[in-house]
Amino acid sequence: MSAVRSQLPILQVLVPLLGAVLVAFLRRGTSAFALTLVVSWILPFVAGAMLLQVLATGPISYALGGWAPPIGIEYRVDVLNAMVLMLVSTVGAVIMPFAYRSVAFELDDSKEAWFYSMYLLCLAGLLGVAVTGDAFNAFVFLEISSLSTYVLIAMGPDRRALLSAFQYLIMGTIGATFYVIGVGFLYVLTGSLNMVDIAARLATVGPDQGQAVLTALAFITVGLSLKLALFPLHAWLPNAYTYAPSWATAFLAATATKVAIYLLVRYYFSIFGVAIDIRSLPIGDFIVGLSIAAMLVASFVAVFETNLKRMLAYSSVAQIGYITLGIGLANQAGLTGGLVHIVNHALMKAALFLAVGAMFYRAYTVELKDLAGIGRKMPLTTAAFTIAGFGLVGTPGTAGFISKWYLAVGALDKGWWLLVFLIVGSSLIALVYVGRVLEVVWLREPSVEIAKVRDPPLSMMAPLIVLTIATIYFGFDTEWTAGVASTAAKSLLGGLR
Amino acid sequence: MNFDLILRIGAKLVLPFILLFALYVQFHGDYGPGGGFQAGVIAASMVILVSITFGLQNARRIAPQGMVETMVPLGVLIFASVGVAGLAMGKNFLDYSVLSGDPRHGRHLGILLVEAGVFVTVSGTMIALFYAFVERGR
Repeated sequence: MSAVRSQLPILQVLVPLLGAVLVAFLRRGTSAFALTLVVSWILPFVAGAMLLQVLATGPISYALGGWAPPIGIEYRVDVLNAMVLMLVSTVGAVIMPFAYRSVAFELDDSKEAWFYSMYLLCLAGLLGVAVTGDAFNAFVFLEISSLSTYVLIAMGPDRRALLSAFQYLIMGTIGATFYVIGVGFLYVLTGSLNMVDIAARLATVGPDQGQAVLTALAFITVGLSLKLALFPLHAWLPNAYTYAPSWATAFLAATATKVAIYLLVRYYFSIFGVAIDIRSLPIGDFIVGLSIAAMLVASFVAVFETNLKRMLAYSSVAQIGYITLGIGLANQAGLTGGLVHIVNHALMKAALFLAVGAMFYRAYTVELKDLAGIGRKMPLTTAAFTIAGFGLVGTPGTAGFISKWYLAVGALDKGWWLLVFLIVGSSLIALVYVGRVLEVVWLREPSVEIAKVRDPPLSMMAPLIVLTIATIYFGFDTEWTAGVASTAAKSLLGGLR
Repeated sequence: MNFDLILRIGAKLVLPFILLFALYVQFHGDYGPGGGFQAGVIAASMVILVSITFGLQNARRIAPQGMVETMVPLGVLIFASVGVAGLAMGKNFLDYSVLSGDPRHGRHLGILLVEAGVFVTVSGTMIALFYAFVERGR
């Protein structure tokens, strides 16, 4: 048992990678799905075991190929990335049963197995970014996840999926290039690619090289901001989320941007923050400014969207603003709020996109005007949408409230009263765009087409219900969300210079 | 179709040497410049040359679509299996020293096998990309 335990970090990446390869051999939709389901359900146990171990005994280090770090590639797991690993693998496992019918419905038979193969490759990439302690290895995994994401999006049923995948490819590649240029600067400065080692050596570079350090910081910030869709670098996201297959949208909205956010937090607090006095730089205020713009502008745009998926995509841009707001605040409550919103937003957005996917499965449309009265015919699906929607607004009793509470406390700790009003204000805009949907789906008379639909089968309903219950549950019991996030925030802020 | 006689005879003469050069680059990778990636591209270029001079049908006889699509994941599987061998022998992933009694010889063997995996995937991917372009969307 201890032999397996010491290998957990690599298994987290190796299992989905091998799964992707084996699925590529299968070529049949159903057996590909079965294997993908098994792989997806193993991963949360791996991540969970590591999370418990990290909470009990501190960071885990794993030397790839037996080459000791910093020469070899090191996989390093602490509370922060154990939380991200747990989130990504759990969301993947929970929503997997939904894929069976949804993917079969939206994709050609010949493409199904490739879809699952690309999904597992994407999963391996996302988990790899989160597990690795090596700056260049993180780039490789970031590109593995991004390239497979482009394919997933391009497989969407609409022809416009191709264009939006290409748009994302251009933006994502620019982001990756900026990131790797930043890593190049760090390598020239320190001669190391190991994150811990970079942080230690960066602290000793001379003052004459301060400009180079800041240049590296700037390149990495912009590169990762493109990947995580920080306003105003979010232009690729609405199209990508709108035209991707419904299930892929739910998975990507819950995990892909979150992993890029994790990497940004890692660079700010575990590398640059340890080496230089990052709080004296204007970068925190800059990020707070952009976050506020995201929260207000993207929410406002969402109010006027008529396509449900596109509306939720703009809402994602706004919600990412809340997370980066916590990073910009960089105090205990604020950072806890940002980190816990990574988890809470993932649960709520996955539920919302799954609900929309279920509506598409039955009604074959995601245009709001065509979905009038669907609440009477698909009551469970629409109820799940409603609860997760209220979570998005931040209603007390849902997970969304917890994150916003911490963010507001973080803003108050800084004495920024106005920011508290802006957080509440953007929540009110969210209430408008969620409320607008609820009015249409619950209160209007169903049309002839909508009158024929009903709730989807159990395999689609169960993931949706689990996520909805989680949205409510984590609004009350916050030990495993805010508790872990608070521990992570404390260790990150404690390491700051 | 007689006027491209020189081209076809020339291609026939060159083809075996392209493949030989690919293998040379593959196995020379241990001692000097080269390796699975470059060798894979060179080997794929042989199939592409066949396709350009003798037509897609003849290229398909050398490298059928199904075989090419299998090669893409197969190479990754070879690479990963070499890494898993380390796990199975109680060491860390990608620790090649377990592959032989002598750790140095084991590492040498490990690199050789990994490069073979890279060769399979890269040549398969190159040919698959070429087929996809030639066919204009399958």
